[in-house]
Amino acid sequence: MRAPLEWLRQYVALPDDVTVDDVEAALIRIGHEVEDIHLPPAIDGDLVVARVLVIEELTEFKKPIRFVTLEVGTGHGALGSDRRQVICGARNFAEGDLVVAALPGAVLPGGFAIASRSTYGRISDGMICSAAELRVGNDHDGIIVLDADDPAAVVGTDARDLVGATDTVLELAITPDRGYALSIRGLARELSAAFAVPFTDPAGVDFRPTADEAEPWPVTIDDPAGCDRFVVTRVTGVDPTARSPYWMRRRLLAAGIRSISLAVDITNYVMVELGQPLHAFDAGTLAGPITVRRATPGETLTTLDGVDRTLDSADLVVADPSGAISLAGVMGGAATEIGDRTTDVLIEAAHWTPSVISRTARRRSLTSEASRRFERDVDPALAPGAAERAAELLVRYGGGTVRPGRTDVGFPMPPATVAMPVGEPARLLGRPVTAETAIHRLVQVGCEVESTETGDALLVTPPTWRPDLLRPADLVEEIARLDGFDLIGSVLPQAPAGSGLTGPQRRTRAVAADLAAIGLTEVLTFPFIGARDFAALGIDEGDIRRRTSTLRNPLDAQRPLMRSTLLPGLLDTVSRNLSRGARDVALYELGLVFLPRPDAPRPPVMTIGSRPSDHDLMVLEASVPTQSQHVAVVVAGHWERPGWWGPGRIGDWADVIELARRIGRSAGAELRVEPAALAPWHPGRCASIRVGDWPVGYAGELHPAVLERLGLPARTVALELNLSGFPARRPVVPPSLSSFPPVLQDVALIVDDTVSAGRLTEVLQRAGGPLLESVRLFDVYTGHPVPEGSKSIAFALTVRAADRTLTGTEAQQVRDAVVAAAVAECGAVLR
Amino acid sequence: MSSTPDPGETAAPDPVGPALAAFAAAATLAELADERHAHLGDKSPVLLSRRALGGLPGSERAVRGKQINAELQAVTAAYEARLAALTAERDTAVLAAERVDVTLPGNRRPAGARHPISLIIQQTVDTFLAMGWDVAEGPELEAEYFNFDALNFLPDHPARALQDTFYIAAPDGGDSGLVLRTHTSPVQARTMLHREPPMYVVCPGRTYRTDELDATHTPVFHQVEGLAIDRHLTMAHLKGTLDHYARAMFGPESRTRLRPHYFPFTEPSAELDVWFPQKKGGAGWVEWGGCGMVDPAVLVNCGIDPAEFTGFAFGMGIERTLQFRNGIPDMRDMIEGDVRFSAAFPTEV
Repeated sequence: MRAPLEWLRQYVALPDDVTVDDVEAALIRIGHEVEDIHLPPAIDGDLVVARVLVIEELTEFKKPIRFVTLEVGTGHGALGSDRRQVICGARNFAEGDLVVAALPGAVLPGGFAIASRSTYGRISDGMICSAAELRVGNDHDGIIVLDADDPAAVVGTDARDLVGATDTVLELAITPDRGYALSIRGLARELSAAFAVPFTDPAGVDFRPTADEAEPWPVTIDDPAGCDRFVVTRVTGVDPTARSPYWMRRRLLAAGIRSISLAVDITNYVMVELGQPLHAFDAGTLAGPITVRRATPGETLTTLDGVDRTLDSADLVVADPSGAISLAGVMGGAATEIGDRTTDVLIEAAHWTPSVISRTARRRSLTSEASRRFERDVDPALAPGAAERAAELLVRYGGGTVRPGRTDVGFPMPPATVAMPVGEPARLLGRPVTAETAIHRLVQVGCEVESTETGDALLVTPPTWRPDLLRPADLVEEIARLDGFDLIGSVLPQAPAGSGLTGPQRRTRAVAADLAAIGLTEVLTFPFIGARDFAALGIDEGDIRRRTSTLRNPLDAQRPLMRSTLLPGLLDTVSRNLSRGARDVALYELGLVFLPRPDAPRPPVMTIGSRPSDHDLMVLEASVPTQSQHVAVVVAGHWERPGWWGPGRIGDWADVIELARRIGRSAGAELRVEPAALAPWHPGRCASIRVGDWPVGYAGELHPAVLERLGLPARTVALELNLSGFPARRPVVPPSLSSFPPVLQDVALIVDDTVSAGRLTEVLQRAGGPLLESVRLFDVYTGHPVPEGSKSIAFALTVRAADRTLTGTEAQQVRDAVVAAAVAECGAVLR
Repeated sequence: MSSTPDPGETAAPDPVGPALAAFAAAATLAELADERHAHLGDKSPVLLSRRALGGLPGSERAVRGKQINAELQAVTAAYEARLAALTAERDTAVLAAERVDVTLPGNRRPAGARHPISLIIQQTVDTFLAMGWDVAEGPELEAEYFNFDALNFLPDHPARALQDTFYIAAPDGGDSGLVLRTHTSPVQARTMLHREPPMYVVCPGRTYRTDELDATHTPVFHQVEGLAIDRHLTMAHLKGTLDHYARAMFGPESRTRLRPHYFPFTEPSAELDVWFPQKKGGAGWVEWGGCGMVDPAVLVNCGIDPAEFTGFAFGMGIERTLQFRNGIPDMRDMIEGDVRFSAAFPTEV
């Protein structure tokens, strides 16, 4: 909302010493965000009202040029006269018109200095100005022609005020609950409360009574749920060539609205001033009585913006017997638009149901000055006054006569009275608020306030322009903001003792901190992926990870899916780092992945206005996709750097599998590693990471083809684990620490290549019994004399008892037991 | 030895003088060891003399014994002094030879780092945990009911359009009733629906709006929200909590200022400015977030009686906080995952 300060000052008696900064501060204080302040243009020197006396047309040049004799007022003319002659390229004026002249010595905005100069064979002794040259508008098409009947337009006087070159315009962001503030009327009332100065309601003027029953145009409301008031006035005999007065165009321009025609300008002017959007129809194009109804499916309407629209039953329309003539409250129709031959004008002032307007505007991506106001609700009491105001202006500037009577159909609901306990402001604000203060503030916003007989509550009837005031809390906000939020104290509340982070929250912290501590950098990538990410990773069509949620309105059409794996984002980030010159990259991410439940119900229609049933909440919960917390790691390049100390070491599959185990330790979960084959990993270098038999993720080297497709370094390794699949951490039970000496035994076993070290280790651990303290694999050997297709795996066994020193025989028995188990379960041969 | 020398006839030669001279002349530990053998070894004069003591008559033995002990002590002391000196000399030489260039890099394993967004969330969470609050989290892909309806965003209210929402497609491509949450407030609704007051929770998390990525906007960002529901909570408690959080984040001089605003889920509602002592160009107010008293309609939707309980809520953007707090001109640095960015924040923001 752009609000010119001079327009506001017309209705609020701000003292002269109130500056624009004061106004800005006051508006912010009471809750209106000031987005920008447009200060008046800098114009130095003489800018005066001048009358065009003689126009001499110069035709010898490429374009027509005028040499104009101006009456500029005594003392402003050349050589002590009241005349000056200037060259002018514009043609939108006639002899006798009042224009604006910048005299030699003046400096226009942008440092444009005016001087006497010789041009087109004449001496030009000043300049007739356009709105653009004065930076009071964008209109380059012609010079400013002032209104001849404007009493302030006196030849020779300063023209700055007249052309708006002294206007300061406030640009405000009005919150959606305050539709009334999208008007000069509403804002002037706010300023009146903020500065405690008188307010004159521009809608408070007496308008033409309608004693007679005549209806200028018959109207029927078929959809009272969408429209509860529809007012029409009619002006006939309007001069279609009449132009809007300069003051009106200037104010509209300052408010950000382009001048179109007298009738349209008037509807806009009244809308900005009062807040009631109006629509003007060319009555001559209407086929008969007006009906307000829902559109019939498939009905078409060409709107003012020239777009042919096919309507449906959600759209509310204004119709005549020929069909829809206007998309109610949003945009008029082209067929009934005011044209350059319109003499018979119908002015519509209606009150539409906000949600209906909002739905149409949103569904059709069609917002207008009107829809913006209607969807925030408009004062339903304004309609007749606004229509009459428009009719009166049309008659004044366009001639013609107002037809007798006024159509006014529909019954808007009067505002309901709200009972507010007198203690409610203090209960919410935490500071005492007297009944007198409450009443004072509520009256300032336009409420009528009575006390109950007992005096313990206020009965507050909000004004018609405040449909947002429905409950005591709404009233408390009005009191609080007008008193000032700076009166609110600062008290730290005492929460009951808490129990700190939850187990999963502690787990996340532990994992994140540990990964950073061992040299990985955390990144937070966007969770948007696309089918081509799956293709690049070699994840087939049937893979469950493909069955994820899809955005209806993705920012990037190539990535409309929600991630079901962290790897695409992480690998992308690795590439970005490598392309920016990094050589060795080790990244991790902790984040949610999205997997819709295959049998998810649709969300039920939920109760509003009370707690929904537990059943509805349960069904709703089931409709929301599963969102597990994953952790993923990618290591590309060196895990140990080369340097002066010697060569480095490329991070390999063993490093990343060890990272998975390490995450398990941070998370308090014992993880098992088993060989696996899953995209995007190398089928021979992929481990399934399990809690018991339950897979919680994968780790290993990425598939060479995947790395090739993504342009990543060979041997890049990655892991991804589902932390939400980890069991809850249980209290740690440490081993009992024996102080007796250990017996160390080495054993080398030859097994077939297909037997995994992990499996063999597990067999040994299980077979060793309570005396086997630890099993440590220390060597793997292939080659002579180990047979082809087999490998020798060497373990160091630590054997120890809690209560005694073991004998050699006892230790040997443990060794024999583990060897026997390895032979029996893994086909091992003792080397 | 065939005969025992007669001490009465020939006085034994002084063993101390030559020993001291020999030790002093030893230049290395090896030479010193040789001289020790000569002057303190079994066959050294002083020990031979001591061994011969037994053959002397009692009175003479006592006198002579004292003399020999004194000689032995003198020689031993001289030896030990020289040994200590030579050992120290050798040690010094070894340490000098072992000198390295301590300015050489030692980063065999490059340093890792958490993301500063995570760190700032952690700091925030710790501040509220210290006040006894709980930490609540919720899904990012959320039912519209929790994101909007329960929070008093009516279906066709313009406020719903203000939050440029990502919508999830139903399997048939239509409306699924699911969105990417536009704020962390749905966690508030979930908390209120599933807990009994009093409740004090802080909800950090990821949120989404359909903003194109630029220096000050990102479609994926983080918020932290607070919610307190209790008997007798007022807007002064909201202000007190915000002031405390501001001091934790921006230092003891910081505080907050409220400006009236509109949110569907609070009434009264306010925008929140924070006094930022390190502001570029001088301390000043910076827009920080939104807050207010929980709207009675929200309490009712969540089964809480607004006549008995009141509550407050607040929320702020983490990226924005990090941006002005740490002077980061371009928000894209926070989301592109360039390791150089996170590396600048090793353990704290």
